[in-house]
Amino acid sequence: MQEYDLVVIGGGPAGLAAAIEARKNGVRDIIILERDIELGGILQQCIHNGFGLHIFKEELTGPEYAQRFINELAEMGIEYKTDTMVINISEIKTVTAVSRQEGLITIAAGAIILAMGCRERTRGAIRIPGARPAGIFTAGTAQRFINIEGYMVGRRVVILGSGDIGLIMARRLTLEGAKVLAVAELMPYSSGLTRNIVQCLHDYDIPLLLSHTVTNIRGKDRVEGVSIAKVDDNLKPIPETEKFYECDTLLLSVGLIPENELSYQANIQIDPKTSGPLVNEAMETSIEGIFACGNVVHVHDLVDFVTEEARRAGASAAHYIFEEINENLPAVPVVPDAGVSYVIPQSIRIDNLNGSLDLLLRVNSVYQNAKISVKADGKTIKEVKRRHLAPGEMERIRIDSQLMKNAQPKKISLNVQGEKTRYAV
Amino acid sequence: MQSKEIICTACPIGCHLTAHRDKNAKGGYRIEGYSCKRGISYALAELTDPRRILTSTVRVVNSTHKRLPVRTAEAIPKDKIFQCMQEVNRIAVKSPVKMGDILIKNIADTGIDLISSRDIK
Ligand SMILES: Cc1cc2nc3c(=O)[nH]c(=O)nc-3n(C[C@H](O)[C@H](O)[C@H](O)COP(=O)(O)OP(=O)(O)OC[C@H]3O[C@@H](n4cnc5c(N)ncnc54)[C@H](O)[C@@H]3O)c2cc1C
Ligand code: SF4
Repeated sequence: MQEYDLVVIGGGPAGLAAAIEARKNGVRDIIILERDIELGGILQQCIHNGFGLHIFKEELTGPEYAQRFINELAEMGIEYKTDTMVINISEIKTVTAVSRQEGLITIAAGAIILAMGCRERTRGAIRIPGARPAGIFTAGTAQRFINIEGYMVGRRVVILGSGDIGLIMARRLTLEGAKVLAVAELMPYSSGLTRNIVQCLHDYDIPLLLSHTVTNIRGKDRVEGVSIAKVDDNLKPIPETEKFYECDTLLLSVGLIPENELSYQANIQIDPKTSGPLVNEAMETSIEGIFACGNVVHVHDLVDFVTEEARRAGASAAHYIFEEINENLPAVPVVPDAGVSYVIPQSIRIDNLNGSLDLLLRVNSVYQNAKISVKADGKTIKEVKRRHLAPGEMERIRIDSQLMKNAQPKKISLNVQGEKTRYAV
Repeated sequence: MQSKEIICTACPIGCHLTAHRDKNAKGGYRIEGYSCKRGISYALAELTDPRRILTSTVRVVNSTHKRLPVRTAEAIPKDKIFQCMQEVNRIAVKSPVKMGDILIKNIADTGIDLISSRDIK
């Protein structure tokens, strides 16, 4: 069995930033295990610009953002294995992986960082009636085919779901000569960024059908067309409104879920709201010495936030390895209250805090002129005002640790107050 | 009087702006609906010289990577996007390539270069 102080599982932006930060905090013996043939994770297929505004103060493409971290990793001489898939982790931190070159590998790890990212919900997960011909892809798979493999997926395309990946793909397909007939969105608002709606749909005159869904798929070997209908307030399709669109391809952009098979195997506790591990202020999971960051914890829309979270996990893993974390402090729960879907971290060991702490949250509706309050045992310790809040945009609240230390609460809760709106772009 | 609807994308709020032609206003348009001043300059840029960064991929001939992601170094005029795509689709590159390498100089006469988004070996 091999031994490493720190094993990082996944070489996407989360794994890269975590490993780099652990090294900066003095950990020498680090290895990243990545199942793909190269580092960079999902960013390698996200060739569009719009990454890095927070971290680098400039607008990079996905591959450029990844390259900067890959270069830094190389300069630091941090070890990694690609084409290596982790198949098991145990509660005592043994990592089992398989690689084409080395066969079965087992590593005894001092600490582990989970950075496996997320995967797309598939069609089965949302159950569209109709035939199952070729020509139905998740948006991310289509993105990979076009941007990495160099295959065009279709000529006449309908996209279901207006999340950012769907919007980005509408533009990408159009640039490559396809005709995107429509983007249909079940909800009365898009979960994508306004900027993407403008630059990916409006720029190319692609219609966005809000409160619409695909009700049927027609075709034997290949998709021949789909039916789209308006939905009522209970999201039920209204039959009279059904319209047929002749197309050869249907892309599904219906959300992402954290990839946590390994976490389940190790009996790490999962938050049903995020589908990711429960984490504390150190980004440590329910198992001591196993940390997690990035999309494996909760789905992020901005890679910059992934990087920040990963730095926290990397630094914490280093502190754990050097026995600088007090594992015996009480964990104070952080609870989402009215208007808040979830908050990361889910618990805080207050006396482990240093400097400031970021709370990441999502709201459950679209709000205007809103106020997010952080409460310690019901008493407000921080308030932030936001002119605009939406479920599609993660919010970050930075809190001075001293505020928490002074309060020493038994419970921290977050709520949002504001005017609920139904907006349509 | 002509007017035009524009959604500001300078920040996530996405204000709905209306631009009215107005000879007396700065830039030739009077802008309504903004919540901050950036909305005005955004709208004027969209009306007079809308630009976008173009990203795509080009063919690679001699590597395990089949495609190289590319971008325009700066934003190009919006109405030149498809002209640029024609040039992008005409070229193929040989590895190795470094991030930032210039692949097409002055693409579609925009005065802007097409550059590589990553290294490939
Ligand atoms: C299809 C898709 C498109 C996206 N597009 C955008 C976008 O346009 N803009 C944006 O800001 N965000 C986008 N995102 C979100 C994006 O994923 C995050 O911003 C960021 O890339 C998450 O980083 P990560 O390191 O957590 O995950 P990832 O980038 O997904 O990296 C996880 C890595 O772990 C590896 N891995 C997983 N399981 C194992 C295992 N068992 N063994 C070894 N390695 C493993 C994977 O191969 C992968 O390389 C997209 C996400 C997806 C899924
Ligand atoms: S006008 Fe100002 S507040 Fe409104 S979207 Fe533009 S930048 Fe944001």
